[in-house]
Amino acid sequence: MSLSEAISTFVQDGCNIVLGAALENAVPFAATHELIRQGRRELNMIAPISDISTDMLIGAGCVTEVTGAWVGNVSGGMGHNFRRAAEKGLPHPIKVNDYSNFTIGMAFFAGAYGLPYIPVKTILGSDIMKSNKNIRLAEDPFSGEPVALVPALKPDVAFLVVQRADKAGNSHIWGSTGLTQEASIAANKIIVLADEIVEPEVIASDPSRVLIPGFGVDAVCHVPAACHPAPLIGKWKRDNHFFHDYHKETRDPADFDRWCDEWVRDLPDHEAYRAKLGGQLEDLRILGDIPSAPANYATE
Amino acid sequence: MTHEYSTQELMIIAAARQIADGERIFVGMRLPITAYGVARLTHAPNAVGLFESGVARYEPADGMLYTMCDGPNQLGAAWTTGLIQIMGLLSGGRVHAGFIGGAEVDRFGNINTSYIGDIDDPKVKLPGSGGAPDIAAMAERLVIIINHQKHRLVEKVDFITSPGYLDGGDARKKAGLPGAGPAVIITDRAILKPHGPSNEFHLASIHPGHTVEEVVGNTGWDLKSFPEVEQTPEPTKEEMDALHHIDKEGFWRS
Repeated sequence: MSLSEAISTFVQDGCNIVLGAALENAVPFAATHELIRQGRRELNMIAPISDISTDMLIGAGCVTEVTGAWVGNVSGGMGHNFRRAAEKGLPHPIKVNDYSNFTIGMAFFAGAYGLPYIPVKTILGSDIMKSNKNIRLAEDPFSGEPVALVPALKPDVAFLVVQRADKAGNSHIWGSTGLTQEASIAANKIIVLADEIVEPEVIASDPSRVLIPGFGVDAVCHVPAACHPAPLIGKWKRDNHFFHDYHKETRDPADFDRWCDEWVRDLPDHEAYRAKLGGQLEDLRILGDIPSAPANYATE
Repeated sequence: MTHEYSTQELMIIAAARQIADGERIFVGMRLPITAYGVARLTHAPNAVGLFESGVARYEPADGMLYTMCDGPNQLGAAWTTGLIQIMGLLSGGRVHAGFIGGAEVDRFGNINTSYIGDIDDPKVKLPGSGGAPDIAAMAERLVIIINHQKHRLVEKVDFITSPGYLDGGDARKKAGLPGAGPAVIITDRAILKPHGPSNEFHLASIHPGHTVEEVVGNTGWDLKSFPEVEQTPEPTKEEMDALHHIDKEGFWRS
């Protein structure tokens, strides 16, 4: 399925969307762009960090709610669109649901495994307990000590980038994965953006490397470099200049609009985006080969 | 002075000295990860570095990292896994110390990285917490690194993103926080530590070339001093050699 078709099929206005659950690598920026192109509105973007993806969607007017631990430009500073929306209501006011990284992780965990809420200690003492009315202070019935109750998060749709998948969505991921697994399993629909599509035997040869099995996946899209400008382990380096340029070129709303036209709205799809990057993208392609040792699954 | 060093390099060495051998440390990018590297090469060869995204490392990565998820931070890692597995070490009480910075810190070591002004109508919306509250709540101790300016070291933060000693005294314990709290604030002028039953941060040592008046004048609360204020010990040759080995391009030298 094309990414455009997957988004028009599975994402409606007002959806709760997980995008960027891996933190700063494997961010599905190709999906960010397509959500902007299709003009989705009133989205709730959910992710621990997700680098500049959420800032782009806010600037493009797609977002009315942000659920997460950090929004900005990890190597470049603050996110101008996030600040404008939170401070001045431009282009729309946004509601911010604050979490810490671990508490949003446990909220996904609860959502994934059918727990109504989960008790945690790591957010005690933080004013996030006051700003996020969903998190409640309670007494541990066993020890009598204070505990924070974090309700389950069950997003409508999760986007994830994987190094390789087969056509059925059985996916291999390696490197750190942040909250990819819990956030995806918690979601109602899973859309996989595969850097490479491989034969089913390749995935089946190493089931321990499967983070998300195909039977839970609703759409598989072959999108090379869907993570750009974020890195993908063994595939793409991080485009640090791109993050820096984004910071410089989105300082006011008109600048952001120009940036968004040039890099998103005026391009029909991710193939055109890759073509526009041209040699800049090729320079980020990882050409080296440092494979892990094979794992033996023989039965006799 | 036996050798040259910049203020930033002095801060890195002071931070490195906060890491004991064999400890598991939440590292963070830039200055703390450099400090971790120095500690590993000098007095703490068995320290373990933890990164929220799901990475644990022995040796720090080669070269400059822009994020903890960059490829070089994953190549040869001790463990690449998920956030819950790594931050679960914190929640399980298995982490000795963490480094964090922020926009504001107050006299009880509470840190704000969320809102300047009113929550509902903020003057500045800062990026947010990341995993800092989790580290502040659960690590056995916390090391805070911040530039020493009056608008950064404030009487009371507008929003406690990451808890220090809250309102002081035993408020932190009453709130049910397992970790002991911030042990030290390292700035570009001085080192502050909590003192007495209030746990208010006091001036513990001054970096060479700075004065008590200057430090007090650049602090947003009525900064009191320990009975004896020392000079922050200068970096040793061994420490500076280790730092230069890591920082080959001289990023921290000026």
